[in-house]
Formats: sequence, structure tokens, C-alpha cells
Amino acid sequence: MSTSPKILVFSTDKISDPGIDQAGLRKIHYAPSVYVISLPCSSGIKPRWIIHALEHGFDGVFIAADGHECSYSSRCAEHTNNIVEVSQELMKEKNINPRRVRMAALCSVCAEPFMNHMENYGKILAELPLTEKKEPPAPKGE
Amino acid sequence: MVLDSNSLKYMKERIGVYICHCGGNISDYVDVEELGKMFHKEENVIISKDVMFACADSNQKDMVKDIQENNLDAIVVCSCSPKLHLHTFKNVASRAGLNPSNYVQVNIREQCSWPHSDRPREATVKAAGLIRAGINRVSFSESLENIELSVKKTALVVGAGVAGMKAAIELAKSGNEVYLLEKDYFVGGRIAQKDSLFMSGQKGKDIVASLYEEIRKQPNITLFTGATIEKVSGSLGNFHIDIKVKPRFINGKADKQAVKRAMEECPVSVDDAFNMGLTKRKAIYKNYPEALPDVPVVEAGLLKDETDFVAKFASTLNMNEQDETLSFIVGSVLITTGFDNYQPKEGEFGYKTIDNVVTLPELNRLIELCPEKLVYKGKQIKTVAFIYCVGSRQKKGDNKYCSRQCCTSTIHTSLQLKEKYEKIQTYHVYRDIRTYGKQEILYAQSSKQGDLYFKYEDKELPLVELDGKSTILKVKDYLTSKQELEIEADLVVLVTGMVPREDSTHISELFKIPIGRDKFFNEIHPKLKPVETVIKGVYIGGTCQGPKNVSESVQSSLAGASKITALLKSGTVSVDPIIARVNADACTWCGKCAEVCDYTAIKEVEVDGKRIAAVNTAVCTGCGMCAPVCPVNAIEIAQYTDHEIESMIDGFMQEVQIREKEVNPEEVQEEGKVGMKEYPQVWKEILAGMTEEKNTIPQIIANSKIAGELVTFHLMTMNRYGVVVPAGMDAKEEYFYYKKK
Repeated sequence: MSTSPKILVFSTDKISDPGIDQAGLRKIHYAPSVYVISLPCSSGIKPRWIIHALEHGFDGVFIAADGHECSYSSRCAEHTNNIVEVSQELMKEKNINPRRVRMAALCSVCAEPFMNHMENYGKILAELPLTEKKEPPAPKGE
Repeated sequence: MVLDSNSLKYMKERIGVYICHCGGNISDYVDVEELGKMFHKEENVIISKDVMFACADSNQKDMVKDIQENNLDAIVVCSCSPKLHLHTFKNVASRAGLNPSNYVQVNIREQCSWPHSDRPREATVKAAGLIRAGINRVSFSESLENIELSVKKTALVVGAGVAGMKAAIELAKSGNEVYLLEKDYFVGGRIAQKDSLFMSGQKGKDIVASLYEEIRKQPNITLFTGATIEKVSGSLGNFHIDIKVKPRFINGKADKQAVKRAMEECPVSVDDAFNMGLTKRKAIYKNYPEALPDVPVVEAGLLKDETDFVAKFASTLNMNEQDETLSFIVGSVLITTGFDNYQPKEGEFGYKTIDNVVTLPELNRLIELCPEKLVYKGKQIKTVAFIYCVGSRQKKGDNKYCSRQCCTSTIHTSLQLKEKYEKIQTYHVYRDIRTYGKQEILYAQSSKQGDLYFKYEDKELPLVELDGKSTILKVKDYLTSKQELEIEADLVVLVTGMVPREDSTHISELFKIPIGRDKFFNEIHPKLKPVETVIKGVYIGGTCQGPKNVSESVQSSLAGASKITALLKSGTVSVDPIIARVNADACTWCGKCAEVCDYTAIKEVEVDGKRIAAVNTAVCTGCGMCAPVCPVNAIEIAQYTDHEIESMIDGFMQEVQIREKEVNPEEVQEEGKVGMKEYPQVWKEILAGMTEEKNTIPQIIANSKIAGELVTFHLMTMNRYGVVVPAGMDAKEEYFYYKKK
């Protein structure tokens, strides 16, 4: 059975999820430990979902954002970036390496780029220490 | 309803799960039979079965029967991408009397069996996680009803160019009241500036005149010229529009001859913008003599010192006229505001710094103004050199896109030059020629008539230089091994593309239409929702959306008109319930959600003495941008609640015990580190179609009766797994032989 890092991908209904579908359609292989949840827009991802995933077995969360292609807002990339930053702050408090959340723009035909992202991110996650996210820091004063 | 953290309780207890084989597209790699049995054991799953084709009519009927007979309260279909069959199964739910919101589709084909066809066992484990996540999600699903809104059967069309005029006529013919708004004092937009349009060769002005005539015949079109939008409020069905109409300063009752005389005697002249500064016009003017509506306009500011002239024509001119502000309500809006021509910077290929460098739109005006000889600045033009892609496909600038109509427009102009004037030689210095479809005929004609083409690359741009009195165009021609050529040209024409209108940002802010990376208005989806914007009830057509030729502009605006007619026809519209909602108990109104909302869908309200956020259901797009910024987690999107998303995450991670199928050792192949417990069915059929000798792909297809593409694809995979091996090529060297290993 695969020991590839488990990656949760947040995709978007109109742009990046069709890109991920394209990878399947073209039989472009990526690790089966990649799971996808599609949302209307990447700027709607709650940091608590990212933390929930990392605390419940996922090794990393990848946000496949629409970037400038977003049909909802020209500020989508900015909003999504803020979500990543807020999540990383929360992750630091829980002693989770901030590299366990990552964001990149993915278009509706970006099949190969998706595979490359998964491969590269999988490698990055595999190299991170395994224990760090399981052990929160001891409370101050103890 | 927003659930609090203590009410983590499944809301659905009688779920039906259908796992699709999709022929073999899924079941060749994912053990769907085993999964069907596995989920049958779940507490709240009443039915769990594997089906050959979930989308087949027979299965849809079975599902309806299952839902009704077993009183199912939710269903999960595990098959292909939701983009294909989401609505198919939502309809199944509706037919069975189940609320379609209690349906979840799980994608185990595009996001499981196909991308993991190389690892079938792991694909099965992943599919189990995906299905469990789907079951978890549907367990928390709520029955949502579409939001019904009453709509006014009136449309606003913004921009009376060819796209807007044609759309207004169609909207009116379909029974809608139409307000057609034009910022300029005359209708027609850019095509009125074209003496000859490709491919028909028609005059732009003739098309404008015929459309105007049709508009006059439609009693339910109200045309406003010199009109701008001041304010937009409201939403789908009831947009409140405030417009400002600028006066023409012409007395409506004045005699036509007196108006004509005033135009002739007007003492003030300025550069004529319609003719791009090539001629002068009076302060009382029409864009061109036949411009419509057939009433001139006074540029009042230019006559402020001409008191004698104004006094002489006191009964003709009405210099005290004021701007008029009007308000009306419309159900839907079509934006057809068009484009601006790219304006080269000073010095760009000698523009404005060398006398005889003009743009293509300027040349088009010049051609119309020169009936017999082409003369520019007093000199007869015998040689014209075009430089293509000026301001388009920029590596460094903002305009990365191709303007798609300029190549054909240039070639059409080149043909027009040779037809209209004697002995003109044209040189075309291009990057790539894009005369797609029928327009290729013009390119062939141009080549045949002796036009000369030279290809440059973006990294080595042509140079326009003065050599004494001559203008020299230097180009490194990639068609002749990068030879450096010098062309002496009487006129250098910069083929400029389309850019978004200067006022498009203002329009975008008024209607909240998103702007794309190219700065044109953004549709929801270029293929599937090409004229819809994320703003409900607001559509885009023509070149405000991106470069188009005339016929493409009209096609898109007519598509917009059809969408509006369909939307408004019944007087009510049904809106998707997937929108934001506020937990009034938790909300403490900080305003952060309203700050990030691009659509002003969130407002502060007072409920029982408490100030909280409220969502305008008609305006909210359901993007979800407001949810992550709430510091007290008091806002969420229906169908994307914390329970639904977090339970999906838990579902992915839940441990899966998949029973191994009993394995026949003879059927198992090992290749490298990959083990396979059984060949997929399609492999068995391919092997059955192979003789013991070597076989070509066409022979295998004929023997196995499997689709050609499938055989080709699977043989490659079978080769990788060592099930078959290539055995040379046939005598004609057309096909590889394969043989069983």
C-alpha cells in the first residue's frame, strides 16, 4: 500500500476542479493519497477546515485556487492568500509546520501542472519531520 | 439554520448508495462490488448497490422506486464527475419526491479510477474514502428550496453599438420592454467608422441605419442617447437604475433648415474625433451626415464666447437646457459597451514622432475620406506597410491576448486599397496570420494579388526610421532566414488591437461585474456560461467581454438577449439556494463579512434590538468569501457547512478494511513492484481476441470487437505490466505486432 503523504486538495467548481478532472480523463497518474473537496471559490475555505484536516490524518492541504481567473472576484487570490496566512498562524500555535498548507493557481485544463504540483508537494511533505504535527508544545510555565 | 458544535448528529438516517461500474471505466480498477457490500453495513445506509450504468434509464427508474419504497431520505451516487450528471440525479431525486439538496455525487471516475488506473488496489481504498465522505456529507444535508423572486419584464441594454442594437430588437420582439442606452449622441458605435466590413464588404453606416429603422418600428424600445448610468441598486428582477441624459442644446421645435444653417455658419471648429483627427468639425455637429438620431449636437462649451452667433440662432439653439436625471426599474441587464482601439504610445514604431505613421482605424477613416486618390498630409500614397500585432500579444505589456479580428481586418483593408486606388503596393510585416474560418479566403486573395508578407518575431521587432525625407521600415524576415530587409513606405500602418473601454472600470463598479486578467468583463465560464456573469440577471455581450469581430459580437449579444428573455418570461425566477446565511445568535456585527463582499450582499440590520449581519438572497452569489473572515464563525454557505466539510475530511481518513478477492495464482501477474490480483475485464477480452501468434491492433480490434481507442490504450498498459510484448512491425511498417507474454 502507498505510503505517499496524504494531501487534501481544495478545488473550485468552475476552474480548478475541471482541471483535476482533466488529469483523470487523460489518465495522468498522481498519488491515490490525494483527496479533493470542491467549493464554489477558494476564498471561501475556512482555516478551521485546514486545521481539522491536518489534525485528522492529512499530511498537507493544497489549495488549487482560481487566481486571476476567478469569476467571483478580482481579489480572490488576495483573499485566499489571507486564509493561508491565518491558517499558518493557527498552525504555528499547534506546532504544525506552516509548509503543510500550500496554495497555487490551477486552470481548467491544468492537468499536467496538477500532477506536478502533487508530485512536488508530496516530496516536500515526505521530507518534513513526521512527529511535529502530532505533538503540540508543552504549555508555558510547565 | 446554523448548527452549533454540540449538535453533531446525523440528520439523515435512510440513505441509498449507488456505485457505478461505468461499463468498466470504474470497475476495471475499483472493486465496486466489494464497496457495494461494504457500505451496506453502515448504520444509516439502507440500500447500497453496484450498478452497471448509474445514468441508464433503467437504473434511474430503479432509484426512483428504491427511494419511494424504502422511504429514503438521501441518496449518494458514486460515478463520474458531477459536471456530467449532477443534474441527472438531482432530477431523479425530484421525480421520487426527494428534495434534490439531499443528493451528493461522488466522483470515483475522473478523480479515482482513471488517474489511479496504475494502482487498482489503492484506487479501491481511495474510492472507499470518497464514498464514505459522500455518505457523511449527505448525512448532514438539509432540504433546501429554491428562492423564488418576482421579476419585472423589462431589460436594460447598455451600449447601442451593433451588438446592443441587435440585442435590443430581439428582446423587444420577444415581448420585453427595453431601455437602450448610448453614451454617445449617435448610435452605431465603432462599426459606423468602417467604410467596408469583412466578409460582406457592407458599409458599417448602412448596417447602423437599418438597425435604427428597426428600433424605431419597435414601440417597446426606448432609446436614450448622450446617456450615462449614475447609480445601480437592487438585484435580479428589480434593478433600480438612475441615468443622466445630457442635452443636445437644439430646440426640439426648431426648423430643420435653420439647424442646418446654424451648423454651416458655426464659427468654431475642432478636431473631428469620429475621423480620428484627420478632419475638423464644427461645434454644432453630427458624427457623419447620415448619423442617427438625425439631430445634431451642440458642444456648448465651445460656444460660450460666441454670443453673437448664439444670439443669431436663439430660436434654434437652446443653450439653457440642463442634464436630465431619470430612474427606472429593470428585471435584467445586458452590457454591450464595446471596446477602445489600442492607442500606441508616442514613439511606438514612430507613432506621433514620424509624420506618416498611422493606426489601422485611422487608415480606415482616411480611405473613406479619399474617394479617388489616397492622400495623407498632402502626399499621394503609393506604398503602404502594415506592422501587425501592435499592442496585442505583448510579452512585456498588459495585453497578452490576440485581438483576433485585426489580421483579417488588415488584409481586407489591403484588398480594399487595391480595388479602390490604382497602383498601390502593400507590405505586411506580421508575427502570425490568424485569418480563421472563411476569412482565410481573403488571405489567399491578398497573396494572389501580390501583397508581400514578411514575418517578424517579438524578440526582434521591426524598426521605423526616417532617412532624409523617406520613411524606412526595417525588418528581420524569419521567412528568408532572418534577412534584414528595408521597406521604403509612404505610409506605415500600425495594426492595433482592441482594449477594454476606458469606462469599463466604472461599469464594473456599478454592476459589480468581475473583470478578468485581460481587463475585459469576465463571464462565468467561457464554454458553458459564455454570456452569464456571477451577478444574477446581468449578462455581457459583444466586445466588452473580449476581442470579437462583428458577427461574433452579435452572436454573443443575441445569446445574452435569449438568456434574458428566458429569465423574465414567467414573471418569477427561481434562484439557487446555495448562498450565505447568518447565525443570528452568534453574530456580533463587526462588519468584516460586508467588507469582503464584492457584491454588497451583506448589510447591517437590527433584529430584536441586536445589530447583526443580514444577507440579501437575491444578490448573494454563494462564493463564500464572507465565511472565513468571520471572527465568531457566524456565517456559512448552505451545503458547505462546517459539519458537511469536516465530516467529509473524517470520511476520507476513516480506516478501510477491504476484503481481498480470492485470487487464482495463474491469473496473477507481477511486474516490478506492482501486483495485480486479477486482470481487468477489458484485458481478458483483448487477450481473448489475440491469437497465439503476433497480432496488430486492427486485428485485435476485429477479433475482440472492442473500441479501437480502448484497445490502443489498454495494450500500452498491458505492455507495461508485462502481459503482452511488442513483436516488431508489419511489412508496411504501419502497425506494431503484439503477442501474449
